[in-house]
Amino acid sequence: MSASELRIMRGREWFRPVRPARREVLSAIPELEQGRPPLLFVPGFGHGAWAFAEHWLGHAASRGFPAYAMSLRGHGGSEPAPEATLRAYAHDVVQVAASLPRQAVLVGHGAGALVVAHALARYPARGAVLVAPVFGGWGVLGAALRRNPAGTLPAVFGGPLRLNRGQLFSRELPDEEARRYVGRLGRAGRRAQWALLGDPAAEPAVGAPPVLVLGSPDDRVVPASTLTRVARRYGSAPLLFPGMGHDLMLDARWAEPIDAILDWLEKEPAAH
Amino acid sequence: MSTSTDHGRPDPEATSPTANSDGRPVSDRGDTVCVIGAGASGLTAIKNLREHGFGVDCYERETGVGGAWNWRHDRSPVYASTHLISSKPFTQFPDFPMPDSWPDYPHHGQVLSYFERYADHFDLRSHIWFGTEVIRVEPVEGERWDVTTRSTGGYGPERTARYAAVVIANGHNWSPKLPRYEGLEQFRGEIMHASSYKDPAQLRGKRVLVVGAGNTGCDIAVEAAQQASRCWHSTRRGYWYAPKYVLGRPADQVNDTLLALRVPLRVRQWLYHWTLRLTVGDLTRFGLPKPDHRVYETHPIANSQLVYYVGHGGIGPVPDVARFHPYAVELADGREIDPEVVVFATGYLPRFEFLDASVFGDSAGAGRPTLWLNAFTPGHPTLAVAGLLQPDSGLFTLSHWQTVLFARLLTARRDRPERAAAFAQRVRDRAGERYSGPVKESSRHWFEVGHADYLRAVQRALVELEGK
Repeated sequence: MSASELRIMRGREWFRPVRPARREVLSAIPELEQGRPPLLFVPGFGHGAWAFAEHWLGHAASRGFPAYAMSLRGHGGSEPAPEATLRAYAHDVVQVAASLPRQAVLVGHGAGALVVAHALARYPARGAVLVAPVFGGWGVLGAALRRNPAGTLPAVFGGPLRLNRGQLFSRELPDEEARRYVGRLGRAGRRAQWALLGDPAAEPAVGAPPVLVLGSPDDRVVPASTLTRVARRYGSAPLLFPGMGHDLMLDARWAEPIDAILDWLEKEPAAH
Repeated sequence: MSTSTDHGRPDPEATSPTANSDGRPVSDRGDTVCVIGAGASGLTAIKNLREHGFGVDCYERETGVGGAWNWRHDRSPVYASTHLISSKPFTQFPDFPMPDSWPDYPHHGQVLSYFERYADHFDLRSHIWFGTEVIRVEPVEGERWDVTTRSTGGYGPERTARYAAVVIANGHNWSPKLPRYEGLEQFRGEIMHASSYKDPAQLRGKRVLVVGAGNTGCDIAVEAAQQASRCWHSTRRGYWYAPKYVLGRPADQVNDTLLALRVPLRVRQWLYHWTLRLTVGDLTRFGLPKPDHRVYETHPIANSQLVYYVGHGGIGPVPDVARFHPYAVELADGREIDPEVVVFATGYLPRFEFLDASVFGDSAGAGRPTLWLNAFTPGHPTLAVAGLLQPDSGLFTLSHWQTVLFARLLTARRDRPERAAAFAQRVRDRAGERYSGPVKESSRHWFEVGHADYLRAVQRALVELEGK
């Protein structure tokens, strides 16, 4: 990162700080402290901390990583926040990350990956993982409109975004489970949804953390080309899990991506 | 970020033995950087140097982090009720926010726990040698530094280690400045400097004179108004007492809204005077002198309670002290008052007794070095001072960016020496630059900076160092 991109003057952060909101944080801590960095899972729009509490939290803890999952404001068990912005979400992530006992690895899913990318500019994470990242732009909207016009169109006008089973999960996931998950989905603030249409490119990360991008080529929300583009921005190639839906942490083969993330963290020298 | 091999106690046996000019052994610490002090500025120096890949040895004379903010430290100036005077967004490190659940103006105990969490979060303690004080810092050839340390209190042997660079973060609020007064030695009452004031119980039921209208003096006067049987507050001139809240928001946030809109100083001063007129009104009716300067020309005093207690008769404003008599204090206007306790809230002076004054271009030895950005010394590109600033806002953000700039300068010395050389030239050309509007000349104002002006200057320096 060159100095011309480094922003010292942050007038808005100083004189218009984000209004605090109560946040839900779930955790799974390994029984033995093994000196591994804590992981903070950040769910995407509509999802809450529950999406990670289902499988990934416990699995990460069983492999020795202290694991935390948060709900962005207005999601899950956090305080309702209909007017939340992308900036408020990023603030929530930085707040939770800074409250952890040690420097954390941020793991963002879907639009939560974009929130993480913004948080990385304000918090020197030990590393970051972007899972099926939704970085906004017209391409994502086009794909969503093609797959699910009735669920997507209202969001363009400030209504809720309704994702359906086909977008989020593969056919391997039993119908009953998929219905249960879709039933738990909430919605993001309309201003945050609109922000996805604009150009919400994040500032460069502080502290040069290593970044891993992963997703599925069969994801019906994030096209494979987007995965490649995001990974290239961080100087790498995406790790792919064919046959899985957008919600890699809930889909039938949820263990593969999380194992890949943990393997990467164990190998990545800078993430220790 | 491995933490196992790249640091360790500088041990003469473990590294190639060299000797300094006196023939004493020196352990060569290679590219490691030495940080003096583990207070706010020292901690952020360690963190940012580590983040840029440097090994760090930090020496701290106390047994804990937090420096001035750790009330257990014998040099700590904090008293039981110390609160921040800048609100959270201006106070916190820019990449490690204070918790949302904390108040706008946290208590000093919260500030200490903030530093302890910062140290743990970024694993800084393993780089700090506690209970070790630095007694000498000497330049040696190759723009490196010999740092001599020993256990705090002078026990144990002296050790010397050679470092690639040094960051001085020893703080400037620990060496009390005591003014001289005629007859002070004969005064029979109790005299203390604010540095030894810890708790309002020290004033309870007594007749108290507080000297000095800095933020500390005003705080102590307010506590005396609550606890003492009588309180006089002596000030040399009239000041602007800014409330901590204006228009329903922390005052510094309102002020920065104007700064961001680039409202000219004159207009801001006018607005400020107008706001004060609406809230506290004309202070001369209480006997307070009329300020002889405009707002923003002295270090801001943020105290909502002082005027309140003046208005309730708890604080009696009096002019400067002329001389002391055994049982009375004579004031500049000829009046005599009879306090039992005199508290001098007359501030502190920076001191660098471990460093030869000539290194700093401080020939008078007055603790007043000539620096660029209050951090860089002409002719010594591997030396930086962190936190030698008296900002009109929080200090920690400024220290953070100073140490980021220094870490990047050290990186440039390795990777792009021509850039570093150009930087060194700028340090020579611009040393002594000031980063504030016109301020009243005083030993506490020479390192006064406006936070916006200062941070813009640091941003420019970063761009010049690394830009195209």
